[in-house]
Amino acid sequence: MIAVEGLSVAIGAAPVLRGVSFGVERGQIVGLVGESGSGKSMTALAVMGLLPPGAKASGRVALDGTDLLALPEAALCDVRGRQIGMIFQEPMTALNPVQNIGDQVAETLVIHRAASRSEALREARRRLDRVGLPEGRFPLTRYPHELSGGQRQRVCIAMAIALRPQLLIADEPTTALDVTTQARILDLLKGLVEEERMGLLLITHDLAVVAGMADRLAVMRAGEIVEQGPVADVLRERRHPYTRALFEASAHHPGAEARPGDTPLLQVQGAVRDYPLPRTRLFSRPLPFRAVDGVSFEVRRGESVGLVGESGCGKSTLTRAILGLEPLQAGEIRLDGQAVQAGQRMPEGLRRKMNVVFQDPYGSFNPRHRVGRLIAEPFHLTGRPADADARVAEALDSVGLSPEDRHKFIHEFSGGQRQRIAIARALIIRPELIVLDEAVSALDVRVRAQILDLLADLRARLGLSYLFISHDLHVVRAITDRVLVMQAGRIVEHGPTEKVLRAPEHPYTKDLLAAAPELEVPT
Amino acid sequence: MLRYALSRLVSLALSLLAASVVIFAVIEVIPGDPAAYMLGLNAAPETVAALREELGLTGSLWARYLDWVSGMLTGDFGLSYTYRVPVADLVVQRLGVSLPLAGYALALSTAIALPVGLWAAARRGGPVDLAVMGATQLGIAVPNFWFAMLLVLVFAVKLGWFSAGGFPGWEGGFLAGIKALTLPAVALALPQAAILARVMRSALIETLGQDYIRSARAKGLTQGQAIRRHALRNALIPVLTILGLQFSFLLAGAIIIENVFFLPGLGRLIFQAITQRDLIVVESVVMLLVFAVIVVTFVVDLAYAAVDPRLRRR
Repeated sequence: MIAVEGLSVAIGAAPVLRGVSFGVERGQIVGLVGESGSGKSMTALAVMGLLPPGAKASGRVALDGTDLLALPEAALCDVRGRQIGMIFQEPMTALNPVQNIGDQVAETLVIHRAASRSEALREARRRLDRVGLPEGRFPLTRYPHELSGGQRQRVCIAMAIALRPQLLIADEPTTALDVTTQARILDLLKGLVEEERMGLLLITHDLAVVAGMADRLAVMRAGEIVEQGPVADVLRERRHPYTRALFEASAHHPGAEARPGDTPLLQVQGAVRDYPLPRTRLFSRPLPFRAVDGVSFEVRRGESVGLVGESGCGKSTLTRAILGLEPLQAGEIRLDGQAVQAGQRMPEGLRRKMNVVFQDPYGSFNPRHRVGRLIAEPFHLTGRPADADARVAEALDSVGLSPEDRHKFIHEFSGGQRQRIAIARALIIRPELIVLDEAVSALDVRVRAQILDLLADLRARLGLSYLFISHDLHVVRAITDRVLVMQAGRIVEHGPTEKVLRAPEHPYTKDLLAAAPELEVPT
Repeated sequence: MLRYALSRLVSLALSLLAASVVIFAVIEVIPGDPAAYMLGLNAAPETVAALREELGLTGSLWARYLDWVSGMLTGDFGLSYTYRVPVADLVVQRLGVSLPLAGYALALSTAIALPVGLWAAARRGGPVDLAVMGATQLGIAVPNFWFAMLLVLVFAVKLGWFSAGGFPGWEGGFLAGIKALTLPAVALALPQAAILARVMRSALIETLGQDYIRSARAKGLTQGQAIRRHALRNALIPVLTILGLQFSFLLAGAIIIENVFFLPGLGRLIFQAITQRDLIVVESVVMLLVFAVIVVTFVVDLAYAAVDPRLRRR
């Protein structure tokens, strides 16, 4: 139905896509995998005719024989939404915040003059019902900010399929979502493909997602498709070395082993964190929302403990309290034997015993400071030592970067290198505990594998303890000794990682595990 | 929505109260006794004391503050020290010029700025955009009184289309009034339009980069439809903020323009009242301006909520 032949795209003189060819038939799911920057999204935008200004496409994108690249803009507008629908990665921002969901879904029909406004709204209702947003809880007058990420992605899907297009392009549709939400959205997409006989081009960086879903698989690297074929064949044979590398990195398990000691380093006792909700009345006290509800656990010296749970379960709130950024309402945090009670500020002497690495390697650095200064930032907790420069060089060296890199700016580094710099920044004050808050979630699989190796190596060499917060069970399995499962502010299950992941006891842990896509090799 | 409006109203009343205290206190600590000033250097102390009594300048601070506030609530702003007429009459008369002037200037600047900003944003980086950016830069840089004199020179002196200044009063007919206000309104509006156009342009450009615009394009909307149906309303929020600030400025900040065109507006009234130590007039006009600014802010807050559903629940 759609045939892409020799598609090349260049921005200025720089080629972005080179001779990309693939096809999608009705009722077929084609997975397009690759790392960030490999040209997956650019391929989708080229098919949609929505390339950024300055980009030039050549080759052929034939939809039922018509070459889309040759169509004028007005004709393309008619194709978009009617024959090809598209959904994007970020459901939180993909909807217009000042228009209700009914109008946004109906707009697809109105714009293509497929229905009158009232008829379009009735069809919007039916489509929203179909994507799992029933009228009772989700009337057409809902606004996007009243919906969760998964619900918004459902609205986006309803919008994209309102006119029953032949082809749906889904660009990382579940990357920003929790595992259980991801599983439901993927189910929905699969059901729609069967029901409507649509073709689905599923773009993702996650091999496990396509493995369970696609009929065909194309692996992309640096603007080219290096391997494609029926999904079982590609996964089994892995003819191209890049496919092999991707595959191995997805299931990577760091080699270096560390022996955790027996003395407790961090002890959290009955921790409670409340947030005030927005005021409901002008002169009454706002009601509290309990984000962390009586959590207790400990991390021993040299131990790596995982904390898993979905977004909104209280992981990040708990982390902020442990780091001493916000006081507890009840309970205590004990670090290296020294206790901080509820309501107390954490003394600086204690704060310098731990440090943190955040998820976003782009947003967590001041872009106007040089790397040397960024890494030296935590010295404000300890006072700047005389050998500060040597320590910066040492920290850079220990994360596998060159000491000379301290003169560069952060934009000169890739995502993986930035995360190394973040780790160097955490190491600089020689902490005993490092809190890793989704520290590898934004990285490509191969980079992620390298960072996991680095973390394992540092732990073995320096005797560090980790509190590893993640929604990704594979990563937690790879790097932690014990795991805590958090749901709605409470720890619902804990134990040795292997045991919890192999034989979960709590129903919530079972749900999480069932939802996590598994990368299995077909035989 | 109603709750939001009510909570805004309460904060409006509180702001007014706070403003009245501050204004009263500031006027009280300003050196210079209006009675002594009015009677001249050689006045006998008894005469000054008698006049102070008559002007209501005696009594405790607290009593005078209550007097002033309760008077304002009933529409009694007191008697002007110099003109010996009720301040309320003076102010109403002057408002008859200043309010239409501010409204006129605001309408002009909005009518110019929004389409120009839209045009520039839609052709970002092109010659139209560059020309608009250059012109608005110039519009912001040129002081409005100089621009006003230029307008007088060209349209009044050379071409003779408008009179160079003065105001015939609304009794002379609506059109004559509007005609007299046109040059001052243009002089006030153009620099404001330059600022507003830039705000509109940058707000739109930012909105056009948002993910939901891409979603809209993927649904089959043309660039123009995406701007009209999605970008415009989202870009309005910063524009409303600036509009609110500009209206307050136009009402209170027209002092120089009113002087250039000899317009009997609020700006000139307050200017004269300050030089003549007519503190009761100063107090009342400042309070009135504060009231206007707060009301405009309130209206802008309501407009935000009308534009953005996310604010309605607060």
